[in-house]
Amino acid sequence: MSMALNTSSGPAFPRHVKITGEGKRLVDEGRGRLVLIAMVFAAAFSVLAVRLIYLTLFPAGGEPSIARSVIKSGAGVASTARAAIRDRNGVLLAVSLPTASLFAKPYMVGDAEGLADRILRILPRLDRERLVRKLSSGRRFVWIRRSLTPEQHQALNALGEPALDFKIEERRIYPQGRLAAHLVGYTDVDGRGIAGIEAQFNDVLARPGDAGRDIVLSLDARIQHALRDELSRAMAIFRAKGAAGVVLDVRSGEFLALVSLPDFDPNRAGDFSADARFNRATLGVFELGSVFKAFTAAMALDYGVVGVNGGYDATRPLKISRFSIRDEHGKGRWLSVPEIVIYSSNIGAAKMALDVGGDRQRQFLDRFGLTKKLKVELPEIGRPLLPRRWGMTETATIAFGHGISVSPAQLAAAFARVVNGGFDLKPTLLRRKADTDARGERLISARTADLMRRILRKVVTNGTAGFADAPGYRVGGKTGTADKAGRGGYNREAIISTFAGAFPMDDPRYVVLAMLDEPRGIPETNNLAQAGWTAAPVVGRVITRIAPLLGVAPKPADDPRVFRALKLKVKTKEKKLETF
Amino acid sequence: MRALSRLDTSIVGRWWWTVDRWVLGAFLALIVIGLVLILAASPAVANRIGLDQFFFVRKQLLFLLPSLAVIFAVSLLPVRGVRRLGAVIFVITIALMVLTLLTGPEIKGARRWLQLGFFSLQPSEFVKPGFAIVTAWMFAAAAQEQHFPGRRIAIALYLLVAGLLVLQPDIGMTLVVSAVWFAQFFLAGLSLVWVGAFSVLALAGMVLAYSLFPHVAARVDRFLDPSAENYQIDRAMEAFANGGLFGTGPGEGAIKRVLPDAHTDFIFAVAGEEFGLFAGLLIIALFAFIVLRGFARLYREEDFFVMIAAGGLLIQMGLQAMINIGVNLQLLPTKGMTLPFISYGGSSTLSLSLAAGMILALTRHRPPGEGVS
Repeated sequence: MSMALNTSSGPAFPRHVKITGEGKRLVDEGRGRLVLIAMVFAAAFSVLAVRLIYLTLFPAGGEPSIARSVIKSGAGVASTARAAIRDRNGVLLAVSLPTASLFAKPYMVGDAEGLADRILRILPRLDRERLVRKLSSGRRFVWIRRSLTPEQHQALNALGEPALDFKIEERRIYPQGRLAAHLVGYTDVDGRGIAGIEAQFNDVLARPGDAGRDIVLSLDARIQHALRDELSRAMAIFRAKGAAGVVLDVRSGEFLALVSLPDFDPNRAGDFSADARFNRATLGVFELGSVFKAFTAAMALDYGVVGVNGGYDATRPLKISRFSIRDEHGKGRWLSVPEIVIYSSNIGAAKMALDVGGDRQRQFLDRFGLTKKLKVELPEIGRPLLPRRWGMTETATIAFGHGISVSPAQLAAAFARVVNGGFDLKPTLLRRKADTDARGERLISARTADLMRRILRKVVTNGTAGFADAPGYRVGGKTGTADKAGRGGYNREAIISTFAGAFPMDDPRYVVLAMLDEPRGIPETNNLAQAGWTAAPVVGRVITRIAPLLGVAPKPADDPRVFRALKLKVKTKEKKLETF
Repeated sequence: MRALSRLDTSIVGRWWWTVDRWVLGAFLALIVIGLVLILAASPAVANRIGLDQFFFVRKQLLFLLPSLAVIFAVSLLPVRGVRRLGAVIFVITIALMVLTLLTGPEIKGARRWLQLGFFSLQPSEFVKPGFAIVTAWMFAAAAQEQHFPGRRIAIALYLLVAGLLVLQPDIGMTLVVSAVWFAQFFLAGLSLVWVGAFSVLALAGMVLAYSLFPHVAARVDRFLDPSAENYQIDRAMEAFANGGLFGTGPGEGAIKRVLPDAHTDFIFAVAGEEFGLFAGLLIIALFAFIVLRGFARLYREEDFFVMIAAGGLLIQMGLQAMINIGVNLQLLPTKGMTLPFISYGGSSTLSLSLAAGMILALTRHRPPGEGVS
């Protein structure tokens, strides 16, 4: 623009007009300052350009990270997706995926029959008659098929039919199927959690936001699988109605497995019966029988009403009001406290409890969490059934686990408090930091806890639960065979077999519990369905499978440390003090 | 454009031969680039907040014709006309800003918007060109007439505008208006002593803003702390890396799906991702060209008012572009500032069209004496 302009209306004008005085001085000075500002701008724009080049060519971190960032921040469809549920190792248990659903705009359909045939070639399971009716309805919107597979989606899209369209919807997928169905739960058609963790943490899962909001459970899918596998096998062999199982870390309080059988596929929960969807492990409460003798013995030892060498006469049935408490296969002699547990003597347990007294028994069970609902992150928690009146009879029967109903998970948690050194424990279904010690206040003395550990090991080596042993893994525990309360009293045919085990007993780390609902004996078990024959072997097999996963090393029986830690001298004869 | 002869003396004919066609072209190029980028970035944003996917595109197109008309019409004005227009706009926007403070809805903790039927108006966007013109007028008048208290009036008006902006509060806009006003004062011959004094005052003002407004403090802290996670900025950084030299291609970018302000404050990052380094450089070059060429033209300017007024408008536009791009490139703390002509936004686009029209009008070749000084 350096040339002067010449217009027809005016004369050529000079490019610099002389103006004088203050104005001229200011304009001249302004020019200098204009140059200064221009230089600042030129420098600033250069910095921007250099910075842009730098960022493009030398990205921070030196790796292409946009894909990761998009996943991390949940871009696109996934940004509003319900968060996933994972096991402690990251295995997906529940995840939301976008799937295409096919709908038609019938008002745009010309040849309904022809279109129906073309759709049927891709979706052969649709009913032709209904499809034609839908397509010729003339309406503006009608669903044809929800949740297509990607292949179907593509094939339908390739039809190029303008009257067909897709809606991308979110679908909840449970990749592990039945594995942890009761625990993970499921959602309704609108994606709201209505059972299990899905319901318990619905708000957290549904809240849109950044990644890292997945719910990570304490569950270990591998251990869950081993437990479920062994339980369903036992259920089939003994033709049981149902089963439940628990694996619990006695220090961190984390449930590593929680199984309820029969189970269901959460991908189509609606197709299953209420019985299949019922969580026997946490919602079901059962009279779990003699397992309670472990608590009774611990209670009697801890209150000091009897010593470990003390015992009770079990030669004759114990008569309380109109009941008579007897032993199934009694030894018919005096039994020391360890023997009462090892041979599972109802008479001995009842006498111990009566010595302690009903009030103190109730307080003791209260401390072990057996009188209130289990506190854990699930909506399906059963309330224990306690006797309305806690009299002598109740004290005696509760001593061997009758007249009180608790859930298997609750029993496992209480059992963990006996074998973890005698400390309170807050169980959880969410993963805790590695090596968390969640043990709380002391519930029983260290001496009592130590004795119980040795006694429970003897139950497996010398007592009713020989089949629970897993060679090298020092299993201990207590069996429980309870007649199911039915109409008009107890039913001797319908029993609940339970084994609450722990390992390794020289330094217990895990509780493994198995319960079978109405198992029936088979010839191989001499037609017996007692816990020692049915539930105990499940625990033994499960431990053999999971101990390596949990990093518990097998040790030979003659390992001196193990031997010392588990040594227990069991008195078999009453010391007659009065002979002195 | 052979149709327009140099002998054509119609208004349009004279305009064509006197206007800075290169800068006009640069403005139009920015508007076109802006449309392409909004087409690329905004459907993702609209989808995410549940609007029709071309909602923002349509609204921006709605503002396109008025914007082009404003650029053309304003650039036809003589210098005196620009001055009058600026003054009128200034008075109206000051009144509207007061009204906004009194009646405007509070959006994200600030009162900046006036609801005008089908669209909401941000009066503070329009105060910028008006204020630049009025400031220039006052300084020029002070230089011409011995006893006219132009500088004092300019200072008083500045305090009024800055006060209204802080009350909204809109600290970023206050900063831009202050910087432009100060640069104009500098052009108008502010003695160096006072330049130093004002610089200290400006620094004090920024410290004050930092301590008074928690959101300002938070943004600055986050900018200064390299370890802090700054979600938007981190995503923008990845966008440039992802785009590379030639970009991922139109519509192929991912950043727009995660950044809430992809169609406004972070549209430069979208440009970097989808169209690559060269597109980003082109945008920077266009702004640099407009500012520097404008300055070059002003260098030969004899009219004191024109120099300060056009200088102020160019500085405003350049500064706004620099701040926006600087934020995108993590050179400056996050600040909601639109990229002139490119970001989505009706008020911003119209106000910038006004400024662009004024710049074109003021930098037209004029016979001597047609100025106002």
